[in-house]
Amino acid sequence: MKTVKIDAKGMHYTPLNQKIRAAIKDGAEEIILDNVLGQRFIGDGLRGNVRIIVNGVPGGDLGIFMSGPTCIVHGDAEHAPGNTMDKGMLVIHGSAGDAVAHSMRGGKVFIKNNIGYRGGIHMKQYDVEARPILVVGGTAHSFLGEYMAGGLVLVLGIGEDKAMTDRGIGSGIHGGEIIIRGEVDDFLLGVGAKKFKFTESDLERIAPTIKNFCEQFGYDPADFLDTNYTRIGPASSRPFASKYVWE
Amino acid sequence: MCGIIGFIDRTKSRMDGSSIKAALSLMNERGSGDGAGYAAYGIYPEYADYYALHVFFDNLGESKKKVDELLEQWGKIVHQEEIPTTPQPGIKKVHIPWRYFFKPSEDLMAGKMASENDVVTYIVMEVNSNVKGATIFSSGKNMGVFKASGWPEDVANFYRIQDYKGYIWLGHNRYPTNSPGWWGGAHPFNLLNWSVVHNGEITSYGTNQRYVEGYGYKCSLFTDTEVVAYLFDLLGRQHGLSYEMIVKALAPPFWDDIDRMPAKEAELNKAVRLTYGSALMNGPFAIVVGTEDGIVGFTDRIKLRPLVVGENGNRLYISSEEAAIRVLDPEVKNVYTPRAGEPIIGRFIE
Repeated sequence: MKTVKIDAKGMHYTPLNQKIRAAIKDGAEEIILDNVLGQRFIGDGLRGNVRIIVNGVPGGDLGIFMSGPTCIVHGDAEHAPGNTMDKGMLVIHGSAGDAVAHSMRGGKVFIKNNIGYRGGIHMKQYDVEARPILVVGGTAHSFLGEYMAGGLVLVLGIGEDKAMTDRGIGSGIHGGEIIIRGEVDDFLLGVGAKKFKFTESDLERIAPTIKNFCEQFGYDPADFLDTNYTRIGPASSRPFASKYVWE
Repeated sequence: MCGIIGFIDRTKSRMDGSSIKAALSLMNERGSGDGAGYAAYGIYPEYADYYALHVFFDNLGESKKKVDELLEQWGKIVHQEEIPTTPQPGIKKVHIPWRYFFKPSEDLMAGKMASENDVVTYIVMEVNSNVKGATIFSSGKNMGVFKASGWPEDVANFYRIQDYKGYIWLGHNRYPTNSPGWWGGAHPFNLLNWSVVHNGEITSYGTNQRYVEGYGYKCSLFTDTEVVAYLFDLLGRQHGLSYEMIVKALAPPFWDDIDRMPAKEAELNKAVRLTYGSALMNGPFAIVVGTEDGIVGFTDRIKLRPLVVGENGNRLYISSEEAAIRVLDPEVKNVYTPRAGEPIIGRFIE
């Protein structure tokens, strides 16, 4: 495997992304970025199967428009990793900021610890195959899955008494599903969101995702393969029909 | 979109301004080069008993004469000078930054003003609304604001920010959206020892402005953030509220959250909302306030702007981005995103 190392210390994101693209053009299969600190848009619009290892804290919009590559971060991420991502995988060995997986349309975003506000906002889905998936190992703040139109958000609450304690879950959701480990208090549901029973067939559906997540962070999937989850989805496909339409 | 940063060393160990400049510059994507500024506490120990008044003068003629006269009418200027600057290619020096070290006199105040702070507040309001060509942009003790139109590193180099050592630092990188980019519109906004850096908008500005103006404050700097400094002075200094309570008044819990609280807590929260309804700030904001004994960070109630907190021993950091904190302290610990409306408070250890 051809590996290229780039020292990102003090480098602006434009030359850094140019170097990444040049390395890929040159046939690199793995790119290791050292001393990353705050550089935005890493992996912007990249295609193919390259593997990018980020050592440090990348800036906002990590993996934006990315379609294919795998990006592994040894550190926290800032706002909106996975923004409008299409295909591929982000693995964050830490926490991330607000609007994680913003408008994501395919691929996987795995966060080991916690995320900020509005995780999965505007996530969407065009067909059964290309389903965006966001998995959070810890917990998430308010407005998780806000205006969600498709895809899956899974919160495992590892190390927490309750996986979710912040309000507004699925606020304005009209497609997709939010699955949360354990019980979820009714008052935490956002406008337009509804709880559904989590069944054996739901578990069968998400089991590959759980296994995939556990593989990344060294967890035993057996600890999570039961039906102790709450499934949250849209109460209707047009939650705000009465607000914006006069018929 | 703006970038903000706040730093406190709780033991009052002082840090020079070079690293805060580097941290703020890392967030240049959040600014537009139309404004940047710093507030530093603990920088004037030799004049610690005097109010350090930082003033933008358009020239040193008539306007300065008026400010001199007003100050002499209320007290004594023990020292004054132009704030040292170094020309920068990226900064057009449209104002002359000046500083006075001033103390109101008991004799001159007697029967007219209740405290030195009242005198200084009056002078700031009077100069900023009635003296053409002069703006007092900093009026605390043993602290000072340094700001201008430009990028963070240019403004820092212009004021030689690395020459100042402070135990509290605030930094702001501005992206003006709905008010002009001028020197007085750059952050921090200050009154007495309150300094405010803000990312976002105060959409309730009109209501808040009318509220503080009822208490004699005058908003004259064409920017919403100005009112936040006056709200802190009104609620904190004049009404004696704790920082926790001020944040509760400005970014209160929702009514349905209050309904779920235990009776006593619900009663307190209701009282605060009813008493300070006009102080409630709406709109997206993340704010850090410097005070005489610490820093206070908080966001709007639905968290429409980013804020990250980190700690390391006696040092507390609050910023728009984690990476900026890591520029200041690569070993920072306990990095997390606070909840909407949650006050993050760092105080000096007694």
